[in-house]
Amino acid sequence: MPAARPSQGEHPQPAVTSFDGQLLAFAEDLRAEGMAVGTSEMLDAFSALRHIRWRSAQEFKQTLAATIAKSPDDRRTFELVFERFFFRAAEAQAVRLAVSESQTRPGGEEMDLEELRRQIARALQEGSESELLDLARLAIAAFGKGEGSGVLGVDVQRIRRALGLRTEPQPDLPSDDPRRDGLPREQLRRFEQQLRRELERALIERTQALPPKRPLTDLDRALPGGPVQDLAAVHRVVAQLRRRLATQGRELRGHSRHAHVDVRATMRASLQTGGVPVDLRFRPRRPRRPEIFVLCDVSTSVTSASTFFLSVLHALHDVFRKQRSFVFIERISEVTEIFRRERDFRTAAEAVSRDAGVADISGYTDYGRVWTEFLAEIEDELHPRATVIVLGDARTNGRPPREDVFAAIAAKAGRTFWLNPEPRLYWNYGDSVISVYEQYCQAFECWRTDQLEDFVRALTKPQGS
Amino acid sequence: MAENPISVQDVADGLRSVGYLPGEETALVSFLATKLGKPVLVEGPAGVGKTELAKALSKYLGRELIRLQCYEGLDEAKALYEWNYRKQLLRIQTESGEAGWDQVQDDIFGESFLLSRPLLSAIASPQPVVLLIDEIDKTDQEFEAMLLELLSDFQITIPELGRIEARTHPVVLLTSNNSRELTEALKRRCLYLWLDYPELQHELEIVRMHVPELPATVGAKLVEVVAMVRELDLKKAPSIAESIDWARALLLLGAREIDENVFRETLSVIVKHRTDLDLVAERVGVKLAPASAG
Repeated sequence: MPAARPSQGEHPQPAVTSFDGQLLAFAEDLRAEGMAVGTSEMLDAFSALRHIRWRSAQEFKQTLAATIAKSPDDRRTFELVFERFFFRAAEAQAVRLAVSESQTRPGGEEMDLEELRRQIARALQEGSESELLDLARLAIAAFGKGEGSGVLGVDVQRIRRALGLRTEPQPDLPSDDPRRDGLPREQLRRFEQQLRRELERALIERTQALPPKRPLTDLDRALPGGPVQDLAAVHRVVAQLRRRLATQGRELRGHSRHAHVDVRATMRASLQTGGVPVDLRFRPRRPRRPEIFVLCDVSTSVTSASTFFLSVLHALHDVFRKQRSFVFIERISEVTEIFRRERDFRTAAEAVSRDAGVADISGYTDYGRVWTEFLAEIEDELHPRATVIVLGDARTNGRPPREDVFAAIAAKAGRTFWLNPEPRLYWNYGDSVISVYEQYCQAFECWRTDQLEDFVRALTKPQGS
Repeated sequence: MAENPISVQDVADGLRSVGYLPGEETALVSFLATKLGKPVLVEGPAGVGKTELAKALSKYLGRELIRLQCYEGLDEAKALYEWNYRKQLLRIQTESGEAGWDQVQDDIFGESFLLSRPLLSAIASPQPVVLLIDEIDKTDQEFEAMLLELLSDFQITIPELGRIEARTHPVVLLTSNNSRELTEALKRRCLYLWLDYPELQHELEIVRMHVPELPATVGAKLVEVVAMVRELDLKKAPSIAESIDWARALLLLGAREIDENVFRETLSVIVKHRTDLDLVAERVGVKLAPASAG
């Protein structure tokens, strides 16, 4: 990506702001996207830049990253903003200096389109970056001429379709076609990015002006491949969560009056006072773990999220000994035993889908029925120290929500949480009735791993505070 | 021999010469660490060579490595310094009567009664050292706060003695497996390096460097298989060290190729949980060529 190189070869015109200014503007951009970039970090960045060669774009970028972006999440934001900022900076400069690329694109007519399709698919499969960039240009020349819709995303998708690039296998193609077995998702995403960039460049060249800056959306920022599809990432977070929950004893410790003296530690401490045990040391108290009831929706409307949910459920099982879990579609079914028996998530998930027997006829969630059954099942066990967690999208498919029964459950339990896998934007649209339930419980949107962490924080917070 | 690198390439070559193949970014950040005198926070999955990097740096820079292994409950007494109470008691007892209180007090809070722990040793060392604070995420936040003074100003305050400033500038590496979010204050003071599993080509180089006798075809296949195994959702993904171990094992067995049979027999070198073993055998094993008849 030569254009993203910050140190342009040309001598800057007087109108151009200094490089320092540019870098500060970059930091400002990062802050606008929610990264905490401190002044001291900018100072570090400046002093670090003094020590490296400026010719390599890669080195420049890595130096900035090492001094400014200090967590995997921040790294991702940094990458995106870096691309955007320096792309725009370079283009702005080009517009200002009226530089335009020499047009050496071959005409679309002479190109063998079928051959181009194959070439691109092959490059995608082999993953050669530089080749892809050239091919992206060719593709635009061949398929994206003139009649741009004005919306870059639409054009990108149109070109992709014209090329016949898909992630899923296309068995009707001839066997030597690289598209036959489907293309790697990550590669395709990169190719789309390059298409977008090239289109944007062409647009800027045509209009001689920069389009307004597009702020990052949550989806940009989320892990590539979508929030919940990336199972491995979910598992990593859940594993972390488990460790964190297990070591969170300190805050969870109850206030029981009696404690056991730790003789060894006391003796050790007494050395400070000449062998006189002035300072008594106690054994750590066991943290108090609440009793938890979990209800998890596994219907088709939350298919993508339910793996995520089941793994959360699994992680919770490891930590909270007194937990009962239910899955539901139309009716509920207890899966506590399965999770207790199976230490391995994969087998547990399989067992749930095999033996849970969530007797469903229609495959549509019936919340009213679920509440009634749930209440009947555990009414006697609910008490003010119990916690009820519901994992679901609150889409009733037009059936009565029966919030009165839900209210009864919430009233009996100490705390009630709702995790909704949909972004808050979609709540209460269509058949979602989350607001009806939200009056009785704390509802969290939960489709990114950091939102899951918010929930865990709320869950492990000592009761009553 | 104390090295003083003047370019990123120097560091890359230097680390290479002591048997550590750094990625581009690793070399760059290590170079910046020596130049700016800032601590480096190294994060990444287990087994990508975070600790190895510190060892390699100490070897390359010709500095002593001082290591502080963190664990839950680590406190100042074990990380910084501790008064040698027994010795102090003895001192008081032998002198009781003769010396006045003031003199004894001055005496027993002197440096000879101080047991210095890793952090203090690193600061007080007359030769510059490499300080490795391993698995910082295992400690609690209070300990992190205590480190701040050390990391930004390279000094330690001991109430009875006053401030002890570093005589030389140590290169500090902190490693974390990211099991806990570290505080902003700590991150602010560090350079950040994210180490991930290496790319195929890079890992192949690493394996070849450690096991040069391994046939090229086997090596290429090996890193491919390891990458495939890491893709799976395992309890513990194979580390780089385990790839190397596997390469050694294959060399000992005289394997000419990694087919299904060889894979099954040596699988336990890279996968170390029973459930993982089944999963890997089922998912990866079948993709390999069946054992040749010979």
